[in-house]
Amino acid sequence: MPGITREEVAHLARLARLELQAEELDHFAEQLDDIIGAVARVSDVADEDVPPTSHPLPLTNVMRADEVRPSLTPQQALSGAPAQEQQRFKVPQILGEE
Amino acid sequence: MTVTELVSYEDALASYEPVMGLEVHVELGTATKMFCGCSTALGAEPNSQTCPTCLGMPGSLPVVNATGIESAVRIGLALNCKIAEWCRFARKNYFYPDMPKNFQTSQYDEPIAFDGYLDVEVEGETFRVEIERAHMEEDTGKSTHVGGATGRIHGASHSLLDYNRAGIPLIEIVTKPIVGAGDRAPEVAKAYVAELRELIKALGVSEARMEMGQMRCDVNLSLRPKGQEKFGTRSETKNVNSLRSVERAARYEIMRHAAVLGDGGTIVQETRHFHEDDGSTTSGRVKEEAEDYRYFPEPDLVPVAPSREWVEELRNTLPELPRVQRQRLKAEWGLSDHEMQSVLNAGAIPSIVATIEAGAAADQARKWWMGELARRANEDGVELSALPITPAQVARVAALVSEGSLNDKLARQVIEGVLAGEGDPDTVVEKRGLKVVSDDSALGAAVDEAIAGNQAVADKIRGGKVQAAGALVGAVMKATRGQADAARVRELILERLGGQG
Ligand SMILES: [Zn+2]
Repeated sequence: MPGITREEVAHLARLARLELQAEELDHFAEQLDDIIGAVARVSDVADEDVPPTSHPLPLTNVMRADEVRPSLTPQQALSGAPAQEQQRFKVPQILGEE
Repeated sequence: MTVTELVSYEDALASYEPVMGLEVHVELGTATKMFCGCSTALGAEPNSQTCPTCLGMPGSLPVVNATGIESAVRIGLALNCKIAEWCRFARKNYFYPDMPKNFQTSQYDEPIAFDGYLDVEVEGETFRVEIERAHMEEDTGKSTHVGGATGRIHGASHSLLDYNRAGIPLIEIVTKPIVGAGDRAPEVAKAYVAELRELIKALGVSEARMEMGQMRCDVNLSLRPKGQEKFGTRSETKNVNSLRSVERAARYEIMRHAAVLGDGGTIVQETRHFHEDDGSTTSGRVKEEAEDYRYFPEPDLVPVAPSREWVEELRNTLPELPRVQRQRLKAEWGLSDHEMQSVLNAGAIPSIVATIEAGAAADQARKWWMGELARRANEDGVELSALPITPAQVARVAALVSEGSLNDKLARQVIEGVLAGEGDPDTVVEKRGLKVVSDDSALGAAVDEAIAGNQAVADKIRGGKVQAAGALVGAVMKATRGQADAARVRELILERLGGQG
């Protein structure tokens, strides 16, 4: 059984850029443990003869020809951006002061 | 930050053996992105080549570019790799604004090509570089950092993103650890990247212009004490973007590692930035801080399963390998290793080959492309092939020279005219009135004038100093703006002054 620790939740939160409070770490550790435990039961059922599946359809080689299709206009592309500057997406400071 | 006193290259190599790993990213020259139909054309307005898929909008679905797969398979085959019978894409998860999806679609443990090699030449010796894998992925968007010093991310107040580049197909080619190169390790690294670039260009899958970021190299390097089996800790110098820099970066890291290890220190496994100005590297841990990419198979794309028939079909489309072609041409053109290397460095092989095919003699084709045209390309800062003159036009100039209607000086003017857009060589000859004058009556007057204006020289020739005739030939050439047939002028001078040629 998995046994998700508080430290692992903190690590994942950092990778996902989420700021979690101390009590949330405990809370999510417990919840994630339950979820992963439930999903892990699939492995118990699946025998050697059941291959791992990453896609529900038995398809391969779905491709498109290398032909240009119309893109969005820059205005359309930026229409949902919280902030923009010089026709570019404006994002907050990436690195904190070090 | 501690500054390490470098150890000399020779001392470093006396105690340690370098082990390298090279990771090269090649941007494919497809018309569209890897997973959507947005154009990849350069120089477009910011964010004018994006769509819901490459912007990572909810509900959008990627579809693979068939040419992207084909290019990947051809690169794999040219690198003597095995081609996967079945492979998948994977999500490489990271939070950084250069990818709006918050993951890069890549391949993880199922690369499309693996286990190959590329032979490279260093000072006439062949060195085999083993290829670990070549996999498909996509490029990231372009960030502009605002508010810091000279566009650096450090100290920036905010950043601006243009996603035109996000999603352009990339092939990442990774070598196995390169051992046994010894003190030639930096040269091997450079030769490998150079050979790979030639191969990619010959395949026609990318222009592979490093200065435009179409091909970029990461240099991983570690040292181990001589005689030790186990590899040392490596550093990863990112985005080294010229052949010369690849060599310099490897060299610098060898000296730096040796210094740290020699002081009893340990090498930190980290990414480093290369500095073009002084050839040094500095510690950098920008986005690669999180090595925890949590790869998983991409659920929105189905597996790629290249049939064996198709792979064999593609194998038949492979061009002559650049190294083999070079050896053949070197023999055909009768060049030394050094001369062939110059031709290669100038990127002149395709132009010379085409000029010979258009009827020029090999030495003439090489002379014009490596002389006048290389000089012009260098001055204008463009590739030879980008000059506005065709191999057929160069062949025509060469033909006019060999039939005697142009001399080299006039031929240079004709080339200048063609480059200036005045038309093809015959038109330029016509318009500028550039013809060698060998007609005696026209030359005679100029010769008489030169003799009259240089009596002292004329007397010397009369007195038997035949070699002084050169000065008079020069005067005639000057007076006729280079259009006189120099050999005939010399004959006329000697006839008049009684010397014998
Ligand atoms: Zn798109």
